[in-house]
Amino acid sequence: MSEAVLNGVEHQHDHHPTGIKRWLFTTNHKDIGTLYLCFSLLMFFIGGAMALVIRAELFSPGIQYVDPQFFNSMTTMHALIMVFGVVMPGTVGFANWMLPMMIGAPDMALPRMNNWSFWILPFAFTLLLMTLLLPGGGPAGGWTMYPPLMLQTEHALPFVIFAVHFMGVSSVMGAINIVATILNMRAPGMKLLDMPLFVWTWLVTAFLLIGSIPVLAGAVTMLLTDKFFGTSFFDAAGGGDPVLFQHVFWFFGHPEVYILILPAFGVVSQIIPTFARKPLFGYVSMVYATCSIALLSFIVWAHHMFTVGMPLAAELFFMYATMSIAVPTGVKIFNWIATMWRGEMTFETPMLFAVAFVILFTIGGFSGLMLGIAPVDFQYHDTYFVVAHFHYVLVSGAIFSMMAGAYYWLPKWTGYMYDEKLGKLHFWLSVVSVNLLFFPQHFLGLAGMPRRIPDYSTQFSEWNAISSVGGFVFGFSQLILVWVIIKSARGHGEKATAQVWEGANGLEWTLSSPPPYHSFEVPPKISRS
Amino acid sequence: MTDSDKAYYLPSPSHWPITGSIGLFGIFLGAAIWLNGATFGPWVMALGSAVFIYMLIGWFGVVIHESESGQYNDQVDDSFRMGMIWFIFSEIMFFACFFGALFYARMLSVPWLGGDGAGFMTNYILWPNFVDNWPISVTPDPTLFREYLEVVPAWGVPAVNTVILLSSGVTITLAHWALKEGDRKSLVRWLFATFALGFVFVGMQGQEYYHAYHELNLTLNSGIYGTTFFMLTGFHGLHVTLGSIMLVVIWARAKKGHFSEERHFAFEAVAWYWHFVDVVWLLLFVTVYWV
Repeated sequence: MSEAVLNGVEHQHDHHPTGIKRWLFTTNHKDIGTLYLCFSLLMFFIGGAMALVIRAELFSPGIQYVDPQFFNSMTTMHALIMVFGVVMPGTVGFANWMLPMMIGAPDMALPRMNNWSFWILPFAFTLLLMTLLLPGGGPAGGWTMYPPLMLQTEHALPFVIFAVHFMGVSSVMGAINIVATILNMRAPGMKLLDMPLFVWTWLVTAFLLIGSIPVLAGAVTMLLTDKFFGTSFFDAAGGGDPVLFQHVFWFFGHPEVYILILPAFGVVSQIIPTFARKPLFGYVSMVYATCSIALLSFIVWAHHMFTVGMPLAAELFFMYATMSIAVPTGVKIFNWIATMWRGEMTFETPMLFAVAFVILFTIGGFSGLMLGIAPVDFQYHDTYFVVAHFHYVLVSGAIFSMMAGAYYWLPKWTGYMYDEKLGKLHFWLSVVSVNLLFFPQHFLGLAGMPRRIPDYSTQFSEWNAISSVGGFVFGFSQLILVWVIIKSARGHGEKATAQVWEGANGLEWTLSSPPPYHSFEVPPKISRS
Repeated sequence: MTDSDKAYYLPSPSHWPITGSIGLFGIFLGAAIWLNGATFGPWVMALGSAVFIYMLIGWFGVVIHESESGQYNDQVDDSFRMGMIWFIFSEIMFFACFFGALFYARMLSVPWLGGDGAGFMTNYILWPNFVDNWPISVTPDPTLFREYLEVVPAWGVPAVNTVILLSSGVTITLAHWALKEGDRKSLVRWLFATFALGFVFVGMQGQEYYHAYHELNLTLNSGIYGTTFFMLTGFHGLHVTLGSIMLVVIWARAKKGHFSEERHFAFEAVAWYWHFVDVVWLLLFVTVYWV
């Protein structure tokens, strides 16, 4: 039954089916990583197209191209797809590819379950996307699915809820696999504090996933029973409370934002030392900062709900708890900058994205601090300021780090260097357009433009037009990335060495590029520097 | 097994995962169609369930075969253990969500609706006749959420069920001791006792539900008390049912001579799961029925 009990003597090479069966039945971490990454890229363009519908509609005031219901379903679907279909699968794809190689393992701990974690996603997103074809259209109550608005969804409601359950199954299985891999499959002699930071951030992220995704499953289950089975979780007429949903949702939702950003921290913490040609500054403090961010993320959720009428004590508690997250995050940013300090820096595409990440994520972090101050949040709440904030941390944060990771590891994956010129072009177009796209939204929000509304007052016209131009440039620039990936994958480019980057350190760089099908067939020896 | 230190175990490609996805897709799609009122929904759901059950039997079959033929080393065993532990943790968080809803209703939303603290105007404007008490038999709007006669008392069936589940926790431990001592006869006997207790629990719970629905008028539609009562005990009952089915499988395997004195991960995984279900019940008994 088993393909091989691998050991040093008996070499069994790439015995795996070819063609479509290879991808459907694979238990190989690299194949599954590739599937995750390709899926993420495909969803990036689907979710991106929806964003362009939104930006086209908002280019000028008045209703231009779509009706408000469809507009709202676009904002809802765009968010669900970007969160659950792009960033999460994308970072899991990185984890699949890199974790076994970084810790000196042959594969993930539970390879068949790994396959299942991926192969749930196409089905789950089919369930989600098919709602656009149903009577009443897709879900339009926002990705946060607040009742009672969400309960007015027509035929799409059970589809969305079950799609969320389905994705949750995938995430929890993926997370369990990652925990088991990191805790159980490390090369003999590799202690926890020997692990690369990307491994650490994923270990912590996996705990967050296992702890928070089931809560989301519970929240949407309550929506389902409220709508179809007569329960009154969120109906005050029966003694429930619509605000209860917000509490439950954000108990999941806040850890979720760290699920999206912690792997990004990990990627950047791998890249900056490589191109600064210095070891990561403050490795241990990075680990502790990651863990404290994760713990704090479970006690700050209600800062998303300052305006719903919570008791004053709750407002204060959640405000101070939120502020305290700035400390470990500040430690991280300080460490990245200190790593670059007096380093022998070069600026290849991955480094450019990583440096842009540090700067732009910090902007997003600061606007987050502003939003975390309860009294001023009363002004910012549900305005474009919030939209600007979370797009700075998610697009120029999480997505930029994924771009950085893709360029950084592409030569390792394919065996060929990517096209540096195109990479730089992609970077500069992206970094300029992303600021053009989201920076004006700060002004719009502060001036009072509400989010999730297809029309706006005429004084918001100029900044909206500029933002839309930035959106279209950013969207179409991403086609360059696809072209770069295709070129590298088809072997157009310089042959990559095992180490690929002069300053790269770690087990993954001791393997050939591309690495063998089973990464480490015998455990590597760990040498401590 | 001799060189389990340096050898890695890697399973071959498998069609079971994607079969499972197809099954789950059918179940979810069918359920969604059903909830939208189309009559073919249940058929799609049944088809999906059939595929899913086929996957469960097939996939577990492969794993059991691999395990019994000694292909797993200690490292694989550890991976399985971690997988099960973290799966149970995810289940704990799922239940925590519903317990959270119960506590929120009892401590906050119901008192607020009754005019407590800053809720004075809420009560005054919306439902001035609503009186805050727990369990709330009269909801703020009795035309929408029906009144019920009384709640299921703690010291009747629920107390007996508590004894049943706690005893089943003892019997599964006795089964484990028997397994470790190589006493196969006792192992099979105690396992049988455990799942029998499990099914008795589910049966009594079912009867209690029948009683609540038909005589007490207590339903899912009875406001927040009925909501939290049925959702919490319902999900728990579902888990007891699942655990009992898992115990039946373990019992059948034990009868076939599976498991050794040292290596019996599947048995332990089910035992952990059973204890988890047990602890959840204790919490339920205290917070839903008793206090």
